[in-house]
Amino acid sequence: MSGLRQAVHAEWTKVRTLPGLLWLLAAVAALTAAVSAAAVAAAHCPAAGCAQDPAKLSLTGVQFGQAGVAVLAVLLISGEYGTGMIRTTVAAMPRRTTVLAAKALVLAGLVLVAGTVAVSGSVLAGRLVLPGHGFAFSPAHGPVLRAAAGSVAYLVLIALLSLGIATAVRDSAAAVGAVLGLLYLFPILASVVSDPDWYRHLQQIGPMTAGLAIQSTVPSSSPAPIGPYTGLAVLATWSTTALLTALTLFHTRDP
Amino acid sequence: MTGTATATPYRSARHTGRDGFLRTLHGEWTKFRTVRGWVIGTVAAALVTVAVGLLGAAGSSIACSGPDGGSCDHTPRTGPGGEEVRDAMTLVHRSLTGDGGITVRITSLAGLYAPGGRAQVGAGPGTGMVAGLQPWTKAGVIVKDGTKEGSAYAAVALTGGHGVRMQYDYTHDLAGTPGAVSASSPRWLRLTRAGDTLTGYDSTDGTHWATIGTAHLAGLPATVQMGLFTTSPEYVVTSGSFSGSSYGGPSKATAAFDSVALRGRTGGAWTGDLVGGPDRGPGAGGSDLGYKESGGTYTLTGSGDVAPQVPGRGSPGKTVETTLVGAFAGLMVVAVIATMFVTAEYRRGLIRTTLTASPLRGRVLAAKAAVVGAVSFATGLAAAAVAVPLVEAVEKSKHFPMYPTPFATDVRIVVGTAALFAVTAVLALALGTVLRRSAGAVTTVVVAIVLPYILAVAAVLPAGPSRWLTRLTPAAAFAVQQSVHQYAQVSVDYTPADGYFPLSPWAGFSVFCGYAAAAVAAAAVLLRRRDA
Repeated sequence: MSGLRQAVHAEWTKVRTLPGLLWLLAAVAALTAAVSAAAVAAAHCPAAGCAQDPAKLSLTGVQFGQAGVAVLAVLLISGEYGTGMIRTTVAAMPRRTTVLAAKALVLAGLVLVAGTVAVSGSVLAGRLVLPGHGFAFSPAHGPVLRAAAGSVAYLVLIALLSLGIATAVRDSAAAVGAVLGLLYLFPILASVVSDPDWYRHLQQIGPMTAGLAIQSTVPSSSPAPIGPYTGLAVLATWSTTALLTALTLFHTRDP
Repeated sequence: MTGTATATPYRSARHTGRDGFLRTLHGEWTKFRTVRGWVIGTVAAALVTVAVGLLGAAGSSIACSGPDGGSCDHTPRTGPGGEEVRDAMTLVHRSLTGDGGITVRITSLAGLYAPGGRAQVGAGPGTGMVAGLQPWTKAGVIVKDGTKEGSAYAAVALTGGHGVRMQYDYTHDLAGTPGAVSASSPRWLRLTRAGDTLTGYDSTDGTHWATIGTAHLAGLPATVQMGLFTTSPEYVVTSGSFSGSSYGGPSKATAAFDSVALRGRTGGAWTGDLVGGPDRGPGAGGSDLGYKESGGTYTLTGSGDVAPQVPGRGSPGKTVETTLVGAFAGLMVVAVIATMFVTAEYRRGLIRTTLTASPLRGRVLAAKAAVVGAVSFATGLAAAAVAVPLVEAVEKSKHFPMYPTPFATDVRIVVGTAALFAVTAVLALALGTVLRRSAGAVTTVVVAIVLPYILAVAAVLPAGPSRWLTRLTPAAAFAVQQSVHQYAQVSVDYTPADGYFPLSPWAGFSVFCGYAAAAVAAAAVLLRRRDA
């Protein structure tokens, strides 16, 4: 167990001393809140009834923040492959499961903190702006709390998914392309298919579309493709699969 | 000093500096084509573009069994311009040979509509329908090349909310005198034919006439149908929900005409027709649609529209741009390759060799941009040229009606997609040069292009912010793939989620080019200033 603690300490030292990584995290948190604030500022609820889910609207920034989180996760591992640092890391800590676990733990911790800041900022912007624009929005409301906490969990899971993909792909450009493709292609494809079954299934299996179901707090006219917790579980499955694949490849390949 | 020969330094016979750019270009092209991963990636970009497009078609189905046993008969009615049109109205007509004209007085125009959206037109007043005119309810005089749907026409009509209009050949709309009519303030309408030229007039007193405009209907035969018509399009409500932003119900309108005066060689008796058939109106079973005549007063009740058919989220038809949904996947691959084309040099230190070999750094950047831009253009062109006909064929085989587009529009969409690939590659290259880190550059490009599109088109945001996103962000570039037109005379939600971009195709594309140009300028400055 002390091996893992030492590995986590080593990874934390790397993150702390690498130029830019923590600044990137801070910028992601700030921009996430800023995008959310812009979205709520632009939305107005007509007297006929609000079509938008206020919680979803105030958490719009998460759709942006996930890209920053993905970059952070990719840099954490691809940076080592790019500079050859990975060979030192593996020489110092030959247990590769420990290395990956340590990286995952440090990453999860960082994203948990940054995600909490980003989501709190977003919810605060919603709390300040939305009631003035005709929306009923209270952060203390149960489903809103679930949406907010779920969004933080969503960001952590996206980070772990990205870490898995980046470890498997190794090159940072290809890894970040693969992550963003996986996230963004499902909603785009869903917007052109007209078969309701395909539409539902695409929303159910896409890591982004399923995971973000945690943000819906208002029942829409059509039944939701996937429930909030089931959706988060789908994303967790994606992340676990990616990490397990990465672990297998990490074990079998030369660094 | 004799005996000591001065050694002349060797000078190449080739003039240095001449064709310097071509050499740099050749060098960069050699780099690109010898990295196997980039070549494979380029081919993959084209393949995923087609494959994702096919997936989109595979995931689409159309119900062929309507509530009234409707079939898959979705043969589009095309107008004289080749665009898909709606041509449904109540028409009372006689034939006119040669030049002539028609003048009428319209004394009333009243309508009924179904706010619930479910009532049938034929259900009659009182059963789910309430009184009210649609903004583009039309009643007036028309000269038409026969009663076939989609035939050429010119009309002068009083509308529900836009005053008198002269409209012709479905897509053209000219404004006349504004205002509504009542028994105390009727309106006179006149339409005359002289050869291929039709001229519309209106008047508030029957003596003083104002010209609305003229239409040139090339190829109009000598004998045409001339008469009165009434029609009323669906009632449309904008709600902006996640799944669809508009809903509506059928409507119908009744107009009273008198003082009908014909000029020219007219033939036959007055004949009433429901152009487009009673089942083509917004609601089936139009039992009370038709006309009555008593004492020179003609009362017409009509439902439908004479206008371009506009695609939207509610319509079953597919537009050309849906065949290119795979371009997103292709663009992401192109962005990755173009970024690596420069960041790989930084990572491996090759950039120092490159800049030693060709010290003009701006030239290196230009050569790189030319190589990666040209390769991406060719990739996008090949992918789009295959995807458009192939995905269209699959959609047609699944009985989807395709909105017909002129050949020039298809060409613009295919070439525009290729240009989109090229500019994306140049933008990615420039950002890769600025940031020198792959992950940041790829993410910036993808997030800048794709995220605003998702937020605007996948209906996360309301219509207002969506329009601004597709106007100001690089996602404005996707306007170049738009085949649909906005028509002021058709009340539909023209939102990005329905496929309507606020900017014209090339204007939207220029916005994107502006971002790319700014990035290239920043890259050129930083490449010169910084150590490699």
